[in-house]
Amino acid sequence: MELNEIIKPENVVYAKPGLMNDHPMHYCPGCSHGVIHKLVAEVIADMGMEEKTIGVSPVGCAVFAYNYLDIDWQEAAHGRAPAVATAVKRLNPEKMVFTYQGDGDLAAIGTAETIHAANRGENIVIVFVNNAIYGMTGGQMAPTTLEGMPTSTCPYGRMVELNGYPLKIADLLALLEGTCLVTRQSVHTAAAVRKAKRSLRKAFDNSMAGKGTSIVEFVSTCASGWKMTPEKSNDWMVEHMFPFYPLGDLKNVE
Amino acid sequence: MKQEIIIAGFGGQGVLSMGKILAYSGLMEGKEVSWMPSYGPEQRGGTANVTVILSDDPVSSPILNTYDIAIILNQPSLDKFEDKVKPGGILIYDGYGIHGGIKRKDIDVYQVDAMDAATEMKNEKAFNMLILGGLLKVVPMVKLESVLLGLKKSLPERHHRLIPMNEAAIKRGMEIIRKR
Amino acid sequence: MAEEIKLMKGNEAIAHAAIRYGTDGYFGYPITPQSEILETLMAETPWETTGMVVLQAESEVAAINMVYGGAGCGKRVMTSSSSPGISLKLEGISYLAGAELPALIVNVMRGGPGLGTIQPSQADYFQTVKGGGHGDYRLITLAPNSVQEMADFVALGFDLAFTYSNPAMILADGIIGQMMEKVVLPPFRPRKTEEEIRQESPWAALGKPASRKPNIITSLELDPSIMEENNNRFQAKYRRVEEREVRYEEICCSDAEYLLVAFGSSARICQKAVEIARAEGIKLGLLRPITLWPFPTKALAGYAGRVKGMLSVELNAGQMLEDVRLAVNGRVKVEHFGRLGGIVFTPDEILVAFKEKIYR
Repeated sequence: MELNEIIKPENVVYAKPGLMNDHPMHYCPGCSHGVIHKLVAEVIADMGMEEKTIGVSPVGCAVFAYNYLDIDWQEAAHGRAPAVATAVKRLNPEKMVFTYQGDGDLAAIGTAETIHAANRGENIVIVFVNNAIYGMTGGQMAPTTLEGMPTSTCPYGRMVELNGYPLKIADLLALLEGTCLVTRQSVHTAAAVRKAKRSLRKAFDNSMAGKGTSIVEFVSTCASGWKMTPEKSNDWMVEHMFPFYPLGDLKNVE
Repeated sequence: MKQEIIIAGFGGQGVLSMGKILAYSGLMEGKEVSWMPSYGPEQRGGTANVTVILSDDPVSSPILNTYDIAIILNQPSLDKFEDKVKPGGILIYDGYGIHGGIKRKDIDVYQVDAMDAATEMKNEKAFNMLILGGLLKVVPMVKLESVLLGLKKSLPERHHRLIPMNEAAIKRGMEIIRKR
Repeated sequence: MAEEIKLMKGNEAIAHAAIRYGTDGYFGYPITPQSEILETLMAETPWETTGMVVLQAESEVAAINMVYGGAGCGKRVMTSSSSPGISLKLEGISYLAGAELPALIVNVMRGGPGLGTIQPSQADYFQTVKGGGHGDYRLITLAPNSVQEMADFVALGFDLAFTYSNPAMILADGIIGQMMEKVVLPPFRPRKTEEEIRQESPWAALGKPASRKPNIITSLELDPSIMEENNNRFQAKYRRVEEREVRYEEICCSDAEYLLVAFGSSARICQKAVEIARAEGIKLGLLRPITLWPFPTKALAGYAGRVKGMLSVELNAGQMLEDVRLAVNGRVKVEHFGRLGGIVFTPDEILVAFKEKIYR
């Protein structure tokens, strides 16, 4: 059978969301970012907000998020995405505004901006990808690196005496009056992806309903940084990350 | 006409606000004015001073070497500014705040016992207006109507009921100032 | 109605002028001696009248990044701070320059280094006009010398920033911020509508219509050949600014045999020194750079062959001095006089220094 005979609308079983373009992604095989990007793109399109959404990308692996989703973007300085998003939303209350940040960006250098944006209850969505490592710079220790977990800057494993404890920033954010949804999700199975999408939709709905700040944490893999195969990474995440960063809603104000 | 004035005393004596009212009064008469305060912790209890310039021509420097008039409300201010009054200039002080004598012989020195008068009036807040009254008696650089208009401009509306009290204090200050 | 004359502090004038200009947003953090800007804006509640957003941020760092976010939407946004706070904002200022975003930043300088003092200083000249943040960027810098100019430079700063898609700074100091003078505030102008902003700044990230490609506000470019092109574009723009936007004031310069060069509050004090010198029969003039970048290099060079000496008078240890010397390129003697750490010179001190170093 000719290829062109196969490519027909009636044969489509899956299509990438319309907001995702054909720019080749720089993400490593097995990385969670690709799926999370897709979910964000789907939710924006489902809501019909393609022309009213402004994304704020971080410094870190997702720095080039703006290359993959065809919406308007601002690329923030390291850690400052919530401050940037604060102004974008306050100056354009009718727009839908989200940040897309990794653990280093959100929970180390940008802790102050994260906490204060959430505490002000900014009507934004914070998409938080927690893979417990600095991926972009080559696998250094992150604030969320697990105890005993080796990285290039803690080659013998994270030592609490030296590096302190892994930071459960979502738990902290759930305590703040300004947050309305704080949830931990993952995208390692089809079921998890479907569930995560529902949370993401809720988060974006909250932002347009003026309910406060929504944080959707994605417990994620970094096959390259963890030095594992994609498959092994998923197993390792389930075995080691999930017990410390349990999935589910930490806070969900109706 | 140009008057270069320093008003100096403790924070809380109304030094800055007296300067402000004087500047507003000048403004009401279409003069060029500048009001340059010492700022910072002084506002909260230390020494405070403000340089006020009223002039028919645009003001160049808001910071001065010497002054036509020094209004001195405490001893540290006397120590600091006595030498900076221009020869033939004027020094006005409150008798209550000054312990050391005034050494200058080439200037005109006036005393306003404003603290005593304010106590008599049972209104410590009248202190700086009593001093202002004294100043305007010696150097009528602005009209009383302009001062009252200036007060209206510089005070928030909720304090406008205090204007008659201020007027009374200014008039009382005009009565009690005396040359030394 | 005749124009309304008010008496207010330089800091207050900035706040009122910002509201009247149609500024969309102000983001700030308290620091002496400029807190009156945020205080005045909060007291005026412009969000109820013009719709201007005013927000006290958690830090200077957050405030400048809020400015970045607002500027990226093509909005007229500003922040203000004083020296230590500006140091914190420099990362953001470099990003604004790198992303070619227009924004207005106010620095009401105080004495440093470090936490320093809250008293007036001009020691951030280098920081402002020579970089401060990382990378080859320039900051359009206006140095007001009166409360009136504090008010006027809000509009001028925004206009220059938008003309050249570049951040602009009002570089004042504690004297200009804290002193009260007469001021005529500009008339109220409406804030720009989203339609107007989309017209004026087609690059703005305001949401992507189906008809155009995504607008991406970024200073990142990993391909060095493109990054070099970007830098060349910035530099060409900076040359245009240097060609077109130099502003300065000449006081008693036409017959001057000697020149004081001073900006901002120092220029006011120098003006008095010139008055005193002229009364003594000394032909002294004052050249006041109003734009510190672009610097009035040509104007100063023009005086190099005409005057016998120049004194750069600054509340610092000799910073603008370098630009004055570069301008005259050794053709005339240029010395410096300054006071440091928050001490302000008097007109007499300037004259004494002038006589010692230049006049003799």
